[in-house]
Amino acid sequence: MTGERIVISSGRVVDPASNLDGVMPLYLADGKVLAVGARPEGFESDLEIAVPGEIVCPGFIDLSVRMREPGQEHKATFASETAAAIAAGVTTACCPPDTRPVIDTPAVVNLVQGLAKRTGTIQVLPIGALTRALNGRDLSEMSALKVAGCVAVSNALMPVTNTLVLRRALEYAASYDLLVMIRPEDPWLRDAGCAHEGAVATRLGLPGIPETAETVALAQTLALVEHIGVRTHFGPLSCARAVEMIALARRRGLPVSADVTAHHLHLSEGDVDGFNAYCHVTPPLRAAGDRDALRAGVARGEIVAICSDHQPHEADAKLNAFPLTEPGISSLETLLPLTLRLVDGGILELARALACLTAAPAALLKLETGVLRPGAPADICIFDPDRVWTVNREEWRSRGHNTPFWGQALKGRVTHTLVQGRLVFSLVQAA
Amino acid sequence: MVEPKPIDNLQLDAAGRLRHFLSIEGLDRDLLLRIMDTAESFAAVSEQKVKKVPLLRGKTIVNLFFENSTRTRTTFELAAKRLSADVLNINIAVSATAKGESLLDTVRNLEAMHADMFVVRHEQSGAAHFIARHVAPHVSVINAGDGRHAHPTQAMLDMFTIRRLKGQFDALRVAVVGDILHSRVARSEIRALNALGAAEVRVVAPKTLLPAQVETLGVKVFRNLEEGLRDVDVIIMLRLQKERMSGALLPSEHEYFTCFGLTEQRLALAKADVIVMHPGPVNRNIEIESRVADGPHSVILQQVSHGIAVRMAILSMAMQVGDGRPGRRVNA
Repeated sequence: MTGERIVISSGRVVDPASNLDGVMPLYLADGKVLAVGARPEGFESDLEIAVPGEIVCPGFIDLSVRMREPGQEHKATFASETAAAIAAGVTTACCPPDTRPVIDTPAVVNLVQGLAKRTGTIQVLPIGALTRALNGRDLSEMSALKVAGCVAVSNALMPVTNTLVLRRALEYAASYDLLVMIRPEDPWLRDAGCAHEGAVATRLGLPGIPETAETVALAQTLALVEHIGVRTHFGPLSCARAVEMIALARRRGLPVSADVTAHHLHLSEGDVDGFNAYCHVTPPLRAAGDRDALRAGVARGEIVAICSDHQPHEADAKLNAFPLTEPGISSLETLLPLTLRLVDGGILELARALACLTAAPAALLKLETGVLRPGAPADICIFDPDRVWTVNREEWRSRGHNTPFWGQALKGRVTHTLVQGRLVFSLVQAA
Repeated sequence: MVEPKPIDNLQLDAAGRLRHFLSIEGLDRDLLLRIMDTAESFAAVSEQKVKKVPLLRGKTIVNLFFENSTRTRTTFELAAKRLSADVLNINIAVSATAKGESLLDTVRNLEAMHADMFVVRHEQSGAAHFIARHVAPHVSVINAGDGRHAHPTQAMLDMFTIRRLKGQFDALRVAVVGDILHSRVARSEIRALNALGAAEVRVVAPKTLLPAQVETLGVKVFRNLEEGLRDVDVIIMLRLQKERMSGALLPSEHEYFTCFGLTEQRLALAKADVIVMHPGPVNRNIEIESRVADGPHSVILQQVSHGIAVRMAILSMAMQVGDGRPGRRVNA
């Protein structure tokens, strides 16, 4: 029912992309934003959503969401994770190419798009493989991937160890103006590590991942990017030194950007203590000083985006000795409250926090969404910034129950989500 | 910001008694002393003609070894048998998990056979904690070595050996020499020595064999063996795994012995009554010269025989049969 005419009234509209912040109505029609503030002449609404005290902003654009489909349906599916996404205010999700099969041909792109369409709520943007089967050796057919609908290319969690291949892959992506997304990690330095190489891993005897695993890979790729001039996005970052390196590269005019996960902005190596497998993530949770530097990097705009890096797992994936558990957190549903906690803590301005979830990723991916300007797609998130809720299994929507936040009271809850002018989530109805 | 799950709570019951024995971390000085006191009384049992006490009669102890071990498994088996328990040895390295069974399934299956205690050795850090967190409430878990994390019974038998020979801990300087990075023994020894109030704990190794921020464990770091041994009362040599003797960690056995091997000459730098310990198995003439390993300062074989008494103490205390002293008959 994209033809539905909706007015969202009494809410505080915060749209970082158009510098808008104030209580005003928002008029939607034909799946698009029709007007902000002034009522268009002759507008008759089919539906009024009155949200006094709540915040109305563009729907969130998440740079990394693993739906686990195709290939790992025992972990999660488009149906389960899309439900989690809309409840989290996420209206656009980028899917890394490490599905099974890998997103390295137009056929798999079509398969992913078909699965997304069948679920039919949020916009799913596949990220194509940088190298075929993510093998780090052979370039993927990037032109065909772009034509099929990939918004970027990436080698996901797999390294491209051969620097000549990496150079060629970056050059080739640049030829088609494809954004390259790199997770900086040197596999040799990472070795069999499973936790930040620091005091906690030393005490627990956990094989460590040094911060140099990130900085060496980052330095290497930055040098190639400087030479080639390809738009490159790094993330998620985990350590202070990497933030400095990105900031310096940006000051020097390199076409680079970076993101961080919401959980890396809160958790640190100490949370792994007691062999807490829910805090086994990659890149690892680092020292408290690194976490603070990541926060400062976001506040200064050196890190442009906050993502969930959502990785749902089946229960068994976390039931083992810590090093044998699979890394990753089911993190869609904590994305907003964890981000808002930084606003409450005086670390981020609200507009800056929301920009990290909306305007910034939209700009990176050159999307029309992420803004509430008239004519833009009506992808909208409405949330109550003061609503406190406890993370609990009854209301959890993701099939992945792997979150370290069980039982914690979080502040800020999505009440409505609209995708292309359609109300796809309403907390009242869902409850 | 995640709710902490302290390791210590897992090991003790509400009354502060031992429930599992997973790591030295979280156990206080008093408890460590009590373990040693209890072990003293069991040491006497081992010297009797009839070496058995009926403390754990009717109990089933499963030695669950996911990693090969001869010495540790054998001494645990002897300790359990001298306490009159039934012992089941399961070598998982060639058993169920090799067929794809999960760690938890293996444990649940053995639990279904009404085991009362698991003695676990596993190649991954945290395995014993994981099992302890998931076993039935009546089952105790003893860590017989998990990855690089902890080998607390080895540490206790070494503390027992040190106390027998040196009396007090507070005046002692102890050097732990060798592959600290990969050593669960080192981590547990350092923790125990600090808990017992040793004057100084040193680690001596090349940088490739030291974990990051090792000083946070409460040690003084030495890269030079001669300096590290000066005036120490106790030397604990660590085993260097064969596969680590060449490659990117160390250039060669020869260079390692040249720089970090314990020779008579170097031993002379320590106190005159220094004792030399090694958790075994010893790589002769790589970590330690044979003359030193077999010499008058070496207490390596005493460590082994103390291992039985100390493990008897820990097994009985974790099964909560009184304080584990053989004189007191308590049948749970």
